[in-house]
Amino acid sequence: MANWIEACGVDDVEEEDVVPFAHEGHRYAIYRSPEGGFYATDGVCTHEHTLLADGLVMGHIIECPKHNGRFDYRTGEGKSAPITIDLVTYPVKVEGGSVYVDVG
Amino acid sequence: MTGRVVIVGAGACGGTVAVMLRTIGFEGSLTLVGDEALAPYERPPLSKAALTGDDAPPPSTIHHEDRLAELGVDFVGGAPAVAIDRVAREVELKGGRRVGYDRLVLATGARPRPLPVPGGDSALMLRTVADAHALRDALAPGTRVGIIGGGFIGLEVAASAVSRGCDVTVVELAPSVMGRVVPRELAGAMAARHGAAGVRLRCGVGVDRIEAAGDRWRVVLDDGASVACDVVLAGVGALPNTDLAQAAGLAIDNGIATDATLATSDPTIFAAGDCCSFPHPLYGGQRLRLEAWRNALDQAEAVAHNVLGAVEPYARVPWFWTDQYELSLYMAGLPQAASREVLRERTDGVVLRLGLDDSGRLVSASALAEGTVAVKDLRLAERLIAARAHPERGELADPGISLKGLLSA
Repeated sequence: MANWIEACGVDDVEEEDVVPFAHEGHRYAIYRSPEGGFYATDGVCTHEHTLLADGLVMGHIIECPKHNGRFDYRTGEGKSAPITIDLVTYPVKVEGGSVYVDVG
Repeated sequence: MTGRVVIVGAGACGGTVAVMLRTIGFEGSLTLVGDEALAPYERPPLSKAALTGDDAPPPSTIHHEDRLAELGVDFVGGAPAVAIDRVAREVELKGGRRVGYDRLVLATGARPRPLPVPGGDSALMLRTVADAHALRDALAPGTRVGIIGGGFIGLEVAASAVSRGCDVTVVELAPSVMGRVVPRELAGAMAARHGAAGVRLRCGVGVDRIEAAGDRWRVVLDDGASVACDVVLAGVGALPNTDLAQAAGLAIDNGIATDATLATSDPTIFAAGDCCSFPHPLYGGQRLRLEAWRNALDQAEAVAHNVLGAVEPYARVPWFWTDQYELSLYMAGLPQAASREVLRERTDGVVLRLGLDDSGRLVSASALAEGTVAVKDLRLAERLIAARAHPERGELADPGISLKGLLSA
């Protein structure tokens, strides 16, 4: 069952950037692509415990700030060493100027 | 390409060379030879999590043995290479086994510099998992720990030891800690954090000798003072492992000397990681040797391509970090190449220090902040450095002007 939670305002995330979001002790990362689309993944890298929202977004790639592991944030797919586990992604919708994440 | 590639040194660098060679399609025979019996593992945790956990954690393996086997990498652990026969193109291992190569990669790393004073051999050193376990076992609450050297290893261990409840004194010969490369203000801020944690820093004084005092130690300083210790750790720098290369007649210059493509003076032999010195195109061809995790992996990737026939200069921007307490110091580029600094003071209090050379080119960026909060900006600065950008000083200093914008400008 969908469980939509308001994560942030549309204007809180710049294009080609990421912000953190936490809900009930779980960390998420909310992305805005260069084309303006919104996406959400788990907020912590699958390699070691590092917050992805501190990482750099280039195009559709988020780079972990500690060890430079890369993911496609649209699909969660790991794209480079040392990543061996993909990121979990979450459905996102935009309504009334806010970004909602389906935290399941 | 087929043929035989041998990699000497199975740390982060050597292991990554092996995996990268397979990733980019090398189908020949591939042998990875290491001094230690363990498959390639991460060294950064050895001065931190490996010392502070309740139990000694297992090594943080980078490339597991079964994964290496799956990739057709013949991993030969616990078998130090003892000689290179450049005529026969063979590496001789301890015990006499000889392994033939068409291309050889030396990723022999570095070793702790011994403490050159009487009694210096009583100090522990830190490089391997075995070293970390020995040190960890010695760090009980209340233990008096003397650390010789206020560089990165010494300070990371000081932070770990004081968090375990040890009584820690750091002795540094230079007037301040992390003196050689870190901007003075950042070193000062980190020193203050150590002071707040209860670490005693004694800077500007050398060690004369280490004396046994029963089953303890007395570190006697140049100024006549002494520090009573239960454990002494020496962290006074590292020496590149060049013996094998030197004995084989390869050029040595503060490390195994390579050209910009990481080829040694023998075009069939390459070097990468802590052991190698190379001319850096971004810094006027200045010869650098970098002891850093990122450099080890980046050079591994570059050397894999060049072993297979690419002729690409290695020009990645140097990148370094150290974690102490909740703080992380990050540096991109070479702060010592800068002649002036621009401060970019973010609204969250993080200050980025951006170094420009005489021509106004951005050559370094650094920050001290909690965890990874400064990294996004420093990665952008790194890209500006790689692009040889000459940003306007006013724009650099203005946190309202995004670094990403400067990059696309």
